[in-house]
Amino acid sequence: MSMLWVDKYRPKELSALDYHIQQAEELKNLVEHSDFPHLLVYGPSGAGKKTRIMCILKELFGPGVERLKMEPITVTTPSNKKVEIMTVNSNYHIEINPSDVGIYDRVVVMDLIKNIAQTQQIGMTGNQRDFKVVLLTEVDNLTKDAQHALRRTMEKYSANCRLILCATSLSPVIPAIQSRCLPIRVAAPSVSEIATILQSTCEKEDLELRPELAEQIATAVNGNLRRALLICEVYKMEHGDLSEQVGEPLPIPEPDWKVFVVQTASLITSEQSIENLMAVRERLYELLSNGIPPEIVLKELLTALLMKCDKHIIPQVLREAALYEYRMTQGNKHIVHLEAFVTKFMCLYQRHLKSLMQGF
Amino acid sequence: MHSFLKSGKLGEAGSSNSPTSGSAKKRLKKLQWVEKYRPKTVEDVVEQKDVVAVLKECISGADLPNMLFYGPPGTGKTSTILAAAHQLFGDLYKDRILELNASDERGIQVIRDKIKTFSQLTVCSARADGNPCPALKIIILDEADAMTQAAQAALRRTMEKETKTTRFCLLCNYVSRIIEPLTSRCTKFRFKPLNQSFILERLQAICKQEKVLVAENILNVLVQESGGDMRRAITALQSCANLQGKNSHITLENVYEVLTVVPEKWVANFLDLCRKRTDIKQIIQFINELEQQAYPTHKIFEQLNVLLIESDTISEPLKAEIGEYLAESSFRSTCSRADFTHLLDFAVHTQEILTVDPEARKWEQQENAKCTIIQGLV
Ligand SMILES: Nc1ncnc2c1ncn2[C@@H]1O[C@H](COP(=O)(O)OP(=O)(O)O)[C@@H](O)[C@H]1O
Ligand SMILES: [Mg+2]
Repeated sequence: MSMLWVDKYRPKELSALDYHIQQAEELKNLVEHSDFPHLLVYGPSGAGKKTRIMCILKELFGPGVERLKMEPITVTTPSNKKVEIMTVNSNYHIEINPSDVGIYDRVVVMDLIKNIAQTQQIGMTGNQRDFKVVLLTEVDNLTKDAQHALRRTMEKYSANCRLILCATSLSPVIPAIQSRCLPIRVAAPSVSEIATILQSTCEKEDLELRPELAEQIATAVNGNLRRALLICEVYKMEHGDLSEQVGEPLPIPEPDWKVFVVQTASLITSEQSIENLMAVRERLYELLSNGIPPEIVLKELLTALLMKCDKHIIPQVLREAALYEYRMTQGNKHIVHLEAFVTKFMCLYQRHLKSLMQGF
Repeated sequence: MHSFLKSGKLGEAGSSNSPTSGSAKKRLKKLQWVEKYRPKTVEDVVEQKDVVAVLKECISGADLPNMLFYGPPGTGKTSTILAAAHQLFGDLYKDRILELNASDERGIQVIRDKIKTFSQLTVCSARADGNPCPALKIIILDEADAMTQAAQAALRRTMEKETKTTRFCLLCNYVSRIIEPLTSRCTKFRFKPLNQSFILERLQAICKQEKVLVAENILNVLVQESGGDMRRAITALQSCANLQGKNSHITLENVYEVLTVVPEKWVANFLDLCRKRTDIKQIIQFINELEQQAYPTHKIFEQLNVLLIESDTISEPLKAEIGEYLAESSFRSTCSRADFTHLLDFAVHTQEILTVDPEARKWEQQENAKCTIIQGLV
């Protein structure tokens, strides 16, 4: 099976990164000149955080970090429950996504770091690093409990363990952790940077990509380079040729779930009733059970609804959205708050329609 | 906070002295500038005159009171008491000081046992080098505001009982989080945010020593953006130096990145967008672009706030109204990853406040508040 372009052409060295070049050089300096600090790498999804992190690891440890194994580890909680979590590791680092284990994230993270810190690295030839790296992804999903525990652990075991934390948003990361890390901001690449990368990728594939298409894809993906490459590759498979335009200009496909959200918004504005609310609920359930994070569901639903409602109710709709978004973070049944928001929206929307009719 | 209580088992209390943390400390000493440039004597502590004066008295023989230091991070609380302790006890330092911070277990059990045991040890009043020193021990409770109320209450008794042999020094950011019976037993010292000129002076000295290349104006920005927090300033300086490598100058971009400052133009554009009535699509587009830049949302709010306060085109009552909403949005945004929703909400509300007549706004809000029923429901 052939590899996807996103994987096949993923840069492997800091010096091979195509954008934020200045930052890449600085990271090289950091690896070279300093006792490596803990890092907090943040930026929107598809902006290239993970690629950058892997390049840093390679710069630190050499090609050995590319020999990856997938391994589950099992941790026993204080209440004697066994939780299993998947890890990706090399001889030099270990990667986990602690939010895979929900509220047990604290136990898992502690256990992992302690284990690594206590097995001192001896006889690591070829490089002079005496620490291992623990890479935690989605730290913006860590429970507060886990974050507080981490704060202590970061200092205590810093002699032979460094953390690289990866997040899309810094907001939920407690200040105590932020201040213990060097922040590395990975902004999304610009439209022209994405277009250039699409061009160079196609060149490597011996394909000709017409500039307008590159531009069109780059504009449609909201800075998500991964999606741009995927779309480009799908185009190539479906149409064979990227160099010439045949017939109508092709629309850039939206992801299925986004289409689904927009349809849901239409359903909401089509009729405001209990029956309809039930139908909307089904759809919300479906989105959540497909693993779309609740805050993303709310964001996309909100955006779609805002496109459909009168400017007089927009401020109120937003106020409610912000409120329910906040409540969602406080409770643990997301669906309840999403539904409550939809209900509130229906009320506001319906009342506005009525007032318009009375106006006539 | 509860974790202090839950895991306050005595057996674990000593584990922070395990070999790993010992070697970690040694390492850090060699490498971290915050540690390397910590004041060695109380005279080295800048700005905090009151406490320095009192401690000098104590070092030359006066009785040491129980003390409470409070103030923002990086103003020298920890450094001051550590320096004083070193000067008081010299080589005996290790035997006379018990330092516990939020990273250590400090549940009731630990307060009752570990602190009690330590304070009951008897000590003499001479140092190995023949110099006199007080026949006292000092227990430093760093980050005391992270202790549970119950643990603080337990401390109260101990403090009273051991007053002959032991002094306590509590350090915290928020004095309001320390229970009254404790604060009333201590002499309180407020640590002010450090004056920028002091921080600048210190950084210049470090630059010289460490051979850091940095232009005067850029160092000024670094100092300004650290907000009177010396730790932040020193850490930022070291990070910049590490990113820039040897033999090249620290840039303004370096400083902005390590202190996660949002470039002025984004913040200014944000506020400008709120000044006129624009289509919601335009605002969404702007927030999307802003989000792609990945600037931390709390920083965006913080800088918007400054810009707002400094604005001379927005009236004071409107500033107050926007400020209130800003506080609310900013708080909500720290709880979730939904930065988009909260930024958008704030932008649209600010726009309302700045462009719609207050009376009309009030009416609209009241109407909306009444609206809670879907027709189908009744
Ligand atoms: N008043 C001060 N005078 C000199 N250095 C200071 C002062 N305040 C802070 N520092 C520097 O900042 C760093 C952190 O100070 P610290 O005492 O740990 O702050 P905190 O008040 O948070 O306990 C120290 O390394 C020290 O070098
Ligand atoms: Mg301190």
